[in-house]
Amino acid sequence: MNFHFNEEEQEILGMLHDFCLKEVAPIAAEVDENERFPEETWHKLADMGMMGVPMPEEYGGAGLSYVNYIGVCEELAKHCATTSVMVSAHTSLCCWPIATYGTEEQKQKYLNKLSTGEWLGAFGLTEPGAGTDAAMQKTVAEDKGDHWVLNGSKIFITNAGFANVFVVFAMTDKSLGTKGISAFIVERDFPGFKVGSHEKKMGIRGSSTCELVFEDCIVPKENLLGELNKGFKVAMTTLDGGRIGIAAQAIGIAQASIDECVKYTKERVQFGRRISQFQNTQFQLADMQAHVDAARLLVYRAAQAKQDHEPHSHLAAMAKLVAAETASDVTRRTLQLTGGYGYTREYPFERMMRDAKITEIYEGTSEVQRMVISGWMGVK
Amino acid sequence: MNILVCVKQVPDTTEIKIDPVKNTLIREGVPSIVNPFDGYALEAAARIRDKNPDTKIVVLSMGPEQAKAALKECLAIAADKAYLVSDRAFGGSDTLATSYIISETIKKVAELEGGFDAIFCGKQAIDGDTAQVGPEIAEHLGLPQVTYGLEAELDGATLKVRKEVEEGVEVIGVKMPCLVTFTKPAWDPRYPTIKRKMAANKAEIPTLTAADLPTINLDNAGLKGSPTKVKKTFVPQKKTGGVKIKEADNAESAKVLFEKLSAAGII
Repeated sequence: MNFHFNEEEQEILGMLHDFCLKEVAPIAAEVDENERFPEETWHKLADMGMMGVPMPEEYGGAGLSYVNYIGVCEELAKHCATTSVMVSAHTSLCCWPIATYGTEEQKQKYLNKLSTGEWLGAFGLTEPGAGTDAAMQKTVAEDKGDHWVLNGSKIFITNAGFANVFVVFAMTDKSLGTKGISAFIVERDFPGFKVGSHEKKMGIRGSSTCELVFEDCIVPKENLLGELNKGFKVAMTTLDGGRIGIAAQAIGIAQASIDECVKYTKERVQFGRRISQFQNTQFQLADMQAHVDAARLLVYRAAQAKQDHEPHSHLAAMAKLVAAETASDVTRRTLQLTGGYGYTREYPFERMMRDAKITEIYEGTSEVQRMVISGWMGVK
Repeated sequence: MNILVCVKQVPDTTEIKIDPVKNTLIREGVPSIVNPFDGYALEAAARIRDKNPDTKIVVLSMGPEQAKAALKECLAIAADKAYLVSDRAFGGSDTLATSYIISETIKKVAELEGGFDAIFCGKQAIDGDTAQVGPEIAEHLGLPQVTYGLEAELDGATLKVRKEVEEGVEVIGVKMPCLVTFTKPAWDPRYPTIKRKMAANKAEIPTLTAADLPTINLDNAGLKGSPTKVKKTFVPQKKTGGVKIKEADNAESAKVLFEKLSAAGII
């Protein structure tokens, strides 16, 4: 097993690192403070070709490996978790299902513009009454002969305020349960489609999280994504990939929090010594780093398995479970080490702690990951 | 339009460390980058191409084989083609010899690439800081030149250059072909793109040697062609103390300065 990025992958991550230092890190606190979606960063990343890293070159992507893409999510999260999820929700949850399940026409029409970053993508599965129990979809799609009519609503949709294209799930046959769900590609200006207001959140506050409302929304017949009534599979396989991106976001946040904490403890003097000289600080940070590295290996393994088209549902679940819980734990501990200063917004520690928490919740809670893992183990 | 951009690979440090014994630059362990002023020249060329898509940008560097890394960086950012000129006979060249070799190389590259309408250089390299090579290339080639450019715009057969001067900005029209040296504008150069980066990694960069330059007179190159003799180099003593006066506005600053000078009995 090889967990090294090759030379080209390293160069691309190095290029992104330089970009992040100049364009992402300096605005991260402001984006959080003002709950502002960093729209300019989307366009700058698009110019660099970072909005479709693992997408095929023939559809406007960079044609790079999934592992490289995961490295991109991790690097972005080190500087700004909001920016990381903007890219991963777009790439994993909108580009990927269209690239995988879309018809040639759908790819020509949507994937080209999504992979280049000209358009931003989003994914709508969660509903007010269908979170972890995603099968309880209330949104319905009626076949009207030459078009579909969608009615219902979605909540907590990442990128929604700025996205041009949405991959959306709706019941096409209520009597069949999960076997009656279908996926659709919805454009922002389809009649009867509306994006609601921005959710005020604890963390990733710049991320544009909104409600989607469908009121007799007319969707062209050809915008069914994948086969009729096979939408649940589209959703689940999409989330298997998305989870690796969120796991990468988690380790990015955790690593940045450790790196900042190391710097802080080497400067902060108490009892006449730098606090980095105390064994408690040393052991705490050593533990944190070991756990983040362990999580990182799980994340890269899952990414490699996805890249190699091997079964990775359980690997993605393990990676996300461990990475997300590690991120929450690490950011809580670095805040403890940095004390009163860490608690203020002068430092990034409290932001990172708030940002880390969401990784335990979205794209499947930690409990969902445990369900996936135990299911794979055959524990019934 | 064809633009040639001259670039130099330099050590990445704004605080160049000098070996106190040998009085030379300490290069070990310092990563190399494209000279930032050359980066501004490349950006100026790229901005012309943004408005005139049929523009071709060629970059040229003189230096050892590893300078190709700097050329690849330029390809990843904006350049279409890159050339390196390198020969043992060029070692030890001062600015006069360097500019001579580069001007001879430009003649050759112009043959290969179909002539240049403009040559862009950084105003100076951050390692040598002479600001001589650009203007000397123009002299060797008999081209009109504008120095301290901020931005250039195509205007028929002339290039409209916004040029930095002490009091502000001058706009100069210069007939092409011409040479312009660039200083730091108000904007940052663009970032490389993934596609360009991957293409740059695969790009073949031709190395031209003295043998490829038919009209070159090697008496004017290398140590032989370098009349500059370094008499002494030294590390300037670090100034200590001093007071920075930076009040809310100039009038306020002047007042504070006046008070300080009065208090010190100077005025």
